[in-house]
Amino acid sequence: MNFDYDSEQNDLREAVRGLLARAYSDSEQRRTVVKTDPGFDEKTWSRLAEMGLLGLPFAEEDGGMGAGPVEVAIVAEEIGRVLAPEPFIETVVLAGGLISAVGSAEQKGELLAGISEGTTIAVFAHAEPGTRWTPAAEAVTATQSGDGWTLTGVKEPVPSGARADVLVVSAVVDGGTGLFLVQGDASGLTRTGYRTHDGTRAANVRFEGTPAVALGSGDQTPAIERALAEARIAYGHEAIGAMDTALRTTAEYLKTRKQFGVTLNKFQALTFRAADMYVSLELARSLALWASMVQEAGGDVVQAADRARLTVSRAGRHIGKEAIQLHGGIGVTAEYSVGHYTSRLTAIDHLLGDGDWAADRLAQNVASYDTVDPLGAPYAP
Amino acid sequence: MRLQLSPELEAFREEMRTFFTTQVPQEIRDKVAAHRHVSKEEYVEAQRVLNAAGLAVPHWPVEWGGKDWSPLQRHIWREEMQLANVPEPLAFNTSMIGPVLAAFGNQEQKERFLAKTANLDIWWCQGFSEPDAGSDLASLRTTAVRDGDDWVVNGQKTWTTLGQHADWIFCLVRTDPTAEKKQRGISLLVFPMDTPGVTLRPIELIDGGFEVNEVFFEDVRVPAENLIGEENQGWTMAKFLLGNERVGIARVGSTKSMLAQAKAHAREITSGGRPLAEDPRMAARIAEIENDLLALELTALRVAANSADGKPHPASSVLKLRGSELQQAATELLVDIAGPLSLASFAEEGSDVPDWARVATPHYLNYRKVSIYGGSNEVQRTIIAGSILGL
Ligand SMILES: Cc1cc2nc3c(=O)[nH]c(=O)nc-3n(C[C@H](O)[C@H](O)[C@H](O)COP(=O)(O)OP(=O)(O)OC[C@H]3O[C@@H](n4cnc5c(N)ncnc54)[C@H](O)[C@@H]3O)c2cc1C
Repeated sequence: MNFDYDSEQNDLREAVRGLLARAYSDSEQRRTVVKTDPGFDEKTWSRLAEMGLLGLPFAEEDGGMGAGPVEVAIVAEEIGRVLAPEPFIETVVLAGGLISAVGSAEQKGELLAGISEGTTIAVFAHAEPGTRWTPAAEAVTATQSGDGWTLTGVKEPVPSGARADVLVVSAVVDGGTGLFLVQGDASGLTRTGYRTHDGTRAANVRFEGTPAVALGSGDQTPAIERALAEARIAYGHEAIGAMDTALRTTAEYLKTRKQFGVTLNKFQALTFRAADMYVSLELARSLALWASMVQEAGGDVVQAADRARLTVSRAGRHIGKEAIQLHGGIGVTAEYSVGHYTSRLTAIDHLLGDGDWAADRLAQNVASYDTVDPLGAPYAP
Repeated sequence: MRLQLSPELEAFREEMRTFFTTQVPQEIRDKVAAHRHVSKEEYVEAQRVLNAAGLAVPHWPVEWGGKDWSPLQRHIWREEMQLANVPEPLAFNTSMIGPVLAAFGNQEQKERFLAKTANLDIWWCQGFSEPDAGSDLASLRTTAVRDGDDWVVNGQKTWTTLGQHADWIFCLVRTDPTAEKKQRGISLLVFPMDTPGVTLRPIELIDGGFEVNEVFFEDVRVPAENLIGEENQGWTMAKFLLGNERVGIARVGSTKSMLAQAKAHAREITSGGRPLAEDPRMAARIAEIENDLLALELTALRVAANSADGKPHPASSVLKLRGSELQQAATELLVDIAGPLSLASFAEEGSDVPDWARVATPHYLNYRKVSIYGGSNEVQRTIIAGSILGL
């Protein structure tokens, strides 16, 4: 049991932090980048690739670095710290995670190498207008045609869905939900991209007899459930980074903003609230780190992810709201950083399940055990 | 104590409801309900419909177009207006500068401004806050120096809501920098926004909208006749105005309308094989917010029914505090009902996400403002602790 990073992990963190600090040294730089499509900086994406970060969790034989969930968490947290809009979790953790979990050797070789090199942006097209954070697809269906498949239906919202070179698509097959690969330039594919409130991009993706290649075969619900859990954990770390900056920015503001002839930190009504934000942040950080350790140890990652999701969700809302409130008017402007953090935390909260959703999933099991042992079953195998 | 409204008030309520739901154009009310941008022209149109029927400024003195209504009637008027999603008469005109002019202006000023203010022929904006004078408004630094028949104004205001639409600004300025108490050296000036030396810079808010501005003054010459009240009496008028600003700030009708929408949407969204409205957690959450809102509405009614003597009921200070929290709770509820669909915030054509779900998060983020402006919730707590509890 050890929550500390080793020296290599510390080096990784410093390197990522340095790279992202140069790309997004202040919130104006990010604002400029997200103003135009694709909503992130392709150059920064290339630099992430050069540093090996885009292949971090993939096996070395697939062109990756063979690193573990803790390394992924480190990158995600640094992304959150500056709100870097690059689709790291979407491409590497989610789409890449699915490809490496169920892809054929050939698919892995091709796609994971492309992702690692920064030349292929892949995203998971899974959410549907009529579903709500389920692992199963309902409206997009797959039909076998000759050697291949065709897909029909609508996915939305798909993060970075208009920019993606390759889509990993979940679709109804006999006996469950299958996974498919669709090329960005496939026929019968219509993608309508748009800005989301947090500055990133999402899309409506419409399949009309769109040719697709199977990724794995048969029902892939368990693989999807697992990849979503790993992404939830990674988003949890991104949220920790974002909350950390939001809190620091707020504390700094309280020390410098003057009203009634004194700096705001002279009002205990405000400093106590900053203290409560810190309490929320550190509790959430513990859950996020623990969930990554469970993942690394091979424990029940789905349940651990739900637990982290719940605590991170509550903390994100608390810190996001308070960060704005303690700033006063400047907190709701797009010209100042802190509101963007709240916006991103709100987005993260609704991407793959919010706190109530996670609590409901956990509630279904409470009768089946007596106590929660973070170091025992089912978390440590 | 009696629960029912009198038959007269019941009839009054029905009359208000009928008027608002039949006379104010449906397209405008639909926009308000959908939290979509209401244009200047639409605001003006709606207010003129109300004004023509004597319903824009009922709380003004009768002489200037008001009605001799009881506080309870005013309450009903406001709640019905919000429930019907009528854009409310522009607060800067009807709750702020109008009543100030009626109470402190000279006869000439009243004749010059009041009718046009009620009819939104003049669009006013509020020039109070400055970069370094927010909660501590009295520390404002914009100056006005007398020069012959003019005041010369220099300085900066900020957060000026809808300044881009405004014809005139009412502005707190420092006229006596030597006054012992800084509250004593402040005056209230009014002038057109197109006066030479006035410039405006829009501020983008976190929802991507532009509703506030910075306003800069460089040697702006304002005729002496545009001073409202006495020189250095500005703070008295500011306090009078801010007191009015807090009336009706509970916004119960508007929150109720959001909750009704939330329920309708929750019935349409499927979660775990059933309508989200039937999900026990979601249903309990809605019930809880509704009950909190009920407590607020009853408190607002209690305040309204008891303040006939003109003195504000002490409990009125809970209205802004709790009212803003419940508005925020309702906007957050809508985001959570939209769930994953809330990500599609700026989708346009070609999206399958319904409009209400797209606007949910921008609206939620925008509404973080309601606990900040009009006296932040911390300021409200300071008032409750100090003026009511004597702490
Ligand atoms: C969207 C929007 C529209 C607005 N429209 C207008 C307008 O049209 N015209 C206009 O004049 N103004 C307007 N305002 C300004 C508004 O009134 C101020 O934002 C408000 O008074 C708070 O001031 P501030 O933003 O400078 O925050 P600050 O006063 O700097 O406060 C920062 C934080 O400290 C807290 N705080 C401050 N003092 C104390 C204390 N003594 N004890 C405890 N906590 C304290 C505050 O509550 C807040 O949480 C608007 C503001 C917004 C956000």
